[in-house]
Amino acid sequence: MQGKVYVVTSGKGGVGKTTATANIGTGLAALGRKVALIDADIGLRNLDVVLGLENRIVYDLTHVADGLCRLRQALIRDKRMEHLYLLPAAQTKDKTAVSPDQMQAICDELRDDFDFILVDSPAGIEQGFRNAIAGADDAIIVTTPEVSAVRDADRIIGLLESAGFEQDHRMLVINRLKPSMVRRGDMMDIDDVQEILSVPLLGVVPDDESIIVSTNRGDPAVLDQSSRAGQAFRNIVRRILGEEVPLMDLNDQNGFLARFRRLVGIG
Amino acid sequence: MDWLKFINPREEPSKDVAKERLRLLLIHDRASVAPQLLESLRGDLIAAITKYMDIDESGMEVNLENVGHSVVLMANIPIRRVKRGVQASL
Repeated sequence: MQGKVYVVTSGKGGVGKTTATANIGTGLAALGRKVALIDADIGLRNLDVVLGLENRIVYDLTHVADGLCRLRQALIRDKRMEHLYLLPAAQTKDKTAVSPDQMQAICDELRDDFDFILVDSPAGIEQGFRNAIAGADDAIIVTTPEVSAVRDADRIIGLLESAGFEQDHRMLVINRLKPSMVRRGDMMDIDDVQEILSVPLLGVVPDDESIIVSTNRGDPAVLDQSSRAGQAFRNIVRRILGEEVPLMDLNDQNGFLARFRRLVGIG
Repeated sequence: MDWLKFINPREEPSKDVAKERLRLLLIHDRASVAPQLLESLRGDLIAAITKYMDIDESGMEVNLENVGHSVVLMANIPIRRVKRGVQASL
C-alpha cells in the first residue's frame, strides 16, 4: 500500500487551511482510512489545537527531520479516531529548521503506513510553503470569496504549476461562503471564483459558526452531524474517495423562510 | 450616467466590482510573476516586425499599463528604417 500525499495551501493566512486539514483528515479517518496529518507551520503551530491534541506533544517535525527521534515516536494518535495521527510542528523554531528534502523523506516514509497524508501548509510563498509542497502529489487550494484571498490563491496556483503540479493535481475548496450575501450580490459566488481561478472544484464550505465552537472544543466539525460546514467537509471527503457527490444546497437552513417551509411541510 | 441611478438607485453589486478588480489585478500579477512571458512576447514581436522594418531593439519597451478600466499592452518600438518592397505574407 502506498498512501497519497495532499498539501493544503492558500497563500493568504486565515482562510481556513488548518480547519480544512483537520476536518478532511478526521473525515477520512471516520470512514476507516489511515490518515497522517503534518503541521508544516513551524513556529505558528495550530493543527494540534484544532484537533484538541495540544497536551500530548512530545516530539515534533524538526526532531524527526534532525533524526532526534523516530517518525513513529513523534506521531500523536488522535483521541477520537483510531487511524488518525498528527505530526506536530515545532513552536520554538522557524521555517528554515526543515528542508524540502527532509519533508519529502518524511512524507515518503509515511506512505508505507497510511492511506492519506495531509500537509497543512503555512501562509506565504517562502520556504514554509516550499517545504509543505515538497513531498505532495496533489494540492488542495483553500480560498474565501474575497478579492485578497482569490488573488493570493491565483499566485499559489502559479507557483504550484511551476513546481510541477499539473492541472489534474490541483483542486479548489471555497471556504466561508455566505449564501445570503451571494443572493444580495455582495459576495462572489462559486462560478465567479471558479471562472477566475479555473481549478476543478473539490467543495464549497458555507460560513458557519459551528466551526468556531468546534475549534473552541478541539472537536472537528466534520464529526458534528448537525453542522452545515461539517456536512460540506463530509462531502469533500467522499469526493476525495472518488464518489460523485453533488454540491449541497447552501441556502441557510435556519432562516425564517426555511423554518416556515419545514413547519408547513414543503421544505 | 448619474441620472440612471435615479431610475435604479441600486448601485452596481459589490461582487461585480470585486470581480472586475480581480480581473485587472490578475493580468498584472500573472505577467509580472512570469517575466519570461513578456520577454518571450518581446522576442516574437521583434521577429515579426523586423520582416518589415529595421528597429532599434535597445530602445524598445513592452509593458502592461492601466488605461481607464482596462489593461493594455504598450509597445514602444523605435523604427530605424522601413524595408522596401516587402510583400505581406498570406
